[in-house]
Amino acid sequence: MSPQRTAAILLRQFYLIRGSVPRLVPLFAWVGVDMVLWGFITRYLNSVSGSGFNFVPSLLGAVLLWDFFIRVMQGVTMAFFEDVWARNFLNIFATPLSIAEYLAGLVLSSIATSSFGLVVMLLLAGGLFGLSFFVYGAMLAPFLLVLFLFGIAFGIMASGMVLRLGPASEWFVWPIPAIVSPFAGVFYPLSTLPRWMQAIGHLLPPAYVFEGMRRIILGGAVSGRELVLAGLLAMFYLLLACWFFVRMYRHAVRTGLIARYSAETLS
Amino acid sequence: MNQPRRSQTALAADVLAVTNLRKIYGPTVAVDGISFRVRRNEIVGLLGPNGAGKTTTINMILGVLEPTAGSILVQGVDLATHRSQALQCTNFAAVYAPVPGNLTVQQNLRIFGMIYAVKDLSQRIEALLKEFDLEKFRHVKCGALSSGEQTRVGLAKAMLNSPHLLLLDEPTASLDPSVARDIRDMIRHFAAQGPGGVLWTSHNMYEVEEVCDRVLFLSHGKILLEGDPRALPGEHGQPSLEELFIAVAREPLEFRQE
Repeated sequence: MSPQRTAAILLRQFYLIRGSVPRLVPLFAWVGVDMVLWGFITRYLNSVSGSGFNFVPSLLGAVLLWDFFIRVMQGVTMAFFEDVWARNFLNIFATPLSIAEYLAGLVLSSIATSSFGLVVMLLLAGGLFGLSFFVYGAMLAPFLLVLFLFGIAFGIMASGMVLRLGPASEWFVWPIPAIVSPFAGVFYPLSTLPRWMQAIGHLLPPAYVFEGMRRIILGGAVSGRELVLAGLLAMFYLLLACWFFVRMYRHAVRTGLIARYSAETLS
Repeated sequence: MNQPRRSQTALAADVLAVTNLRKIYGPTVAVDGISFRVRRNEIVGLLGPNGAGKTTTINMILGVLEPTAGSILVQGVDLATHRSQALQCTNFAAVYAPVPGNLTVQQNLRIFGMIYAVKDLSQRIEALLKEFDLEKFRHVKCGALSSGEQTRVGLAKAMLNSPHLLLLDEPTASLDPSVARDIRDMIRHFAAQGPGGVLWTSHNMYEVEEVCDRVLFLSHGKILLEGDPRALPGEHGQPSLEELFIAVAREPLEFRQE
């Protein structure tokens, strides 16, 4: 692994974002809109429920964590799409750059962009609606780590899919978080779901994060065993995603798709 | 003719050794067991009609297309087993692979320079900007340049790592005759003075005759002829390289056993 080659991918992303309003604005605009929208929804729910239960840490906190996962995933896919949109595969893959270095570059890009989004969300949720991450205590770090690893895994998996199916398949990528969220129990306990959905939910690391988050808010404790399981599951998906991307890359090299990517399929 | 001739000592070193290279797509044999060498300080022309297998061959040498069979050694390094090492001393320019148009000339050179781990990168970029007359475009996005200027950026990118093996797929196709001549001179100078050899494809036979030390005629994935571009037409009863090209393209079977 060459840190310099990995840094080149990160630098490319920095150059592109620095000089482009359409790339810069989405880093904070959508998460900002989500914070404001859900902030007012939670404020409304607090006022009408009359139960004294504070919806801010459970509902707004859940939106914030889920948006963080989405930003991480899209951080990877957006950096990958730059090579798709610029038709740059031939230039980039005909160099000494290895797949591991390329993926590491995408991950670094995602860390930079998702951190920016996270800071914006924290400022808005904290400043406008009083959400404090201290309410989650020391569990915040493992929560963010699990969501980060799972987001990276999904980003790499989605990139591999686009590499295999062609540029038009990027439309499959955008709805992925929306499809996963009902199973992950972002806004409700897994027990709310029918058994078959619960079974799928238990295979998704974010489900353990959101179950744990709700338990903390209700005064309980997070199961260390479940948190470790979530971490191991996230690592498993990350390795699976890397394996999948390498398989798709090798397929593209075998069929010649890398060199003629605009054709979308050659086999 | 003012092209540099290879010295006998330079003949010793192969920068590229292709052996029994084959690529099959389903029922189609795109490249059919070709073998050839490019030596240090040598410019080899890879000629042939459209669909002959030139670009397929170049893509395999660049590691973006896996051969069905055969081996590719760059500076003695096996591309199949030591890809990064082999591509570290390779580079290319092709009209169909411009560098990203949404980055400036300088940004593109910096990013590719980092990928190729070029030492003293800033100095190298400055030298290339000057050499390819790109100084005034350093902060211009490549997509805003004319096709000729983009070709020069692609060539500057290709020279970043002073490659031992330089692959050029129709490098002067979009250049005016004056700039094309300058570029030919630069590449001849690179081949004569630099560390490497050049594999060059072009449909401009005048250019090939002027630049190449040796040519390979490819048709239907096979090498039909090989030799000095200035001597080859006479050896096959043709008045010029262009006429020989047309004859090979139209009647490849006549040349198959030669």
